[in-house]
Amino acid sequence: MRPSYFLTHLKKDLQLEWRSKDAINSMLFFGLLVVVLFSLAFDPTRAVSRQIAGGILCVATMFAAVSALNQAWARELRNQVLDALRMTPAPGASLFLGKALANFLFVMVVEVVLAPVFVMFYNLRALGNAWLLLLVLPLGTWALIVNGVFFAALSIRTRNREMLLPLILFPIFIPALLGMVMSATGILTGATDPILWIKMLAAYDVIFTTVCMMLFEVILHAE
Amino acid sequence: MSSIIAEFDEVSKLYGTFAALRKVSVRLERGRCYLVLGENGAGKSTLLRTLAGLLKPSYGKVRVFGADGQAEDPMEARERIGYMSHATMLYDEFSGVENLRYFASLYRGRDCVAPEEALRSVGLDPTLARPVGQYSQGMKQRASLARVLISRPELLLLDEPFSNMDIGSAHQMLRLLEKFRTEQRTIVLTTHQRELAEPLADFVLTLQAGAVVSLEDGPYDHSNAPKPSALGTPVNTALRFVEGSIR
Repeated sequence: MRPSYFLTHLKKDLQLEWRSKDAINSMLFFGLLVVVLFSLAFDPTRAVSRQIAGGILCVATMFAAVSALNQAWARELRNQVLDALRMTPAPGASLFLGKALANFLFVMVVEVVLAPVFVMFYNLRALGNAWLLLLVLPLGTWALIVNGVFFAALSIRTRNREMLLPLILFPIFIPALLGMVMSATGILTGATDPILWIKMLAAYDVIFTTVCMMLFEVILHAE
Repeated sequence: MSSIIAEFDEVSKLYGTFAALRKVSVRLERGRCYLVLGENGAGKSTLLRTLAGLLKPSYGKVRVFGADGQAEDPMEARERIGYMSHATMLYDEFSGVENLRYFASLYRGRDCVAPEEALRSVGLDPTLARPVGQYSQGMKQRASLARVLISRPELLLLDEPFSNMDIGSAHQMLRLLEKFRTEQRTIVLTTHQRELAEPLADFVLTLQAGAVVSLEDGPYDHSNAPKPSALGTPVNTALRFVEGSIR
């Protein structure tokens, strides 16, 4: 795969999102809503916050990302652009990787905006190595996005694809979700060592990225 | 080089129990224009999509660009084929030139037409910043054709290229297609506007319920046709007829 093809697809997706801001706006609104609602519903103390914050952040990100992932291929479906892409010599893996990285960046932008709000609402202060969150969040987000973009493409030709995507994605994502929550909780509470979970997340990312890239060509040209 | 550019051998295409194509056997010669006629649902679009490698035949074999007995699967030959569908196949949010630049960059290493030149050739202004989503239907059709042209395809598949076009735009597109044929490129086009496209056609293929009913010579003899720019070509004659009937 030539990196130039991948960069072409990535640039296109970033340009399209820059103009519409559809994905980022919907994710941001949804993520903020979840963070605020959970804070109001549970009104947690600082100690409880440390226990549940990792899970809430992951779930907020997950649900917010699914709203964007459902639309990941919408522009390619409209006007049959996907057929035009299928007829070019550019490999399908580059299209997939460009789309996945673009969506990863959108979700990371949302997480960067959500993080300070999260710290404020849950009155958080990490007892472990807070910098490790800079590893956990991107690794967990990539796990969600790489599978999400792949399964969104898989469900393109189905009816009720908005409903189908979370049904396929969430069970596959459970190991990564577990790794993300356990490592984030470990970092916030300082009670457990998160390194093993981070390694598991990294391994999950490598395996699923490789498998998705290998299978995407089949998905792209399926009828 | 073989004069046969594509071949359908007993090709059938099923959607569930519905047969969109039934045992179609056709040979397409290089540098010829084929006009595919038929009612709605006759299988015209399926024929083109199968030829483009976007659909796999349920039965039978499709060979494209076979040379010296070495046939190629249309799936592998797709980049040498230009396919224009009913839809624009362009991003609504990008302008015409932005769309074409994107697609041209996916044909890297090939001798592509400059996006600006491709747009000018179909009569669109490359400096137009308006997104394609805001184009008129005719402009969308032309931008769509420009996308097909950038890769200089050897086989041009056009599905209803004149729909939603005013007579001036159709005039321009016909001249362009006639030029392609003189460059030894093969054109397969479907249309309901028979009188408009017939002068361009070397052969007229008629489909009915997915089966080939007839494959006849076109009504005009192109063997000694004058250069496309010259007045009095079959296309110009037909256009004068169509313009006259509209007036």
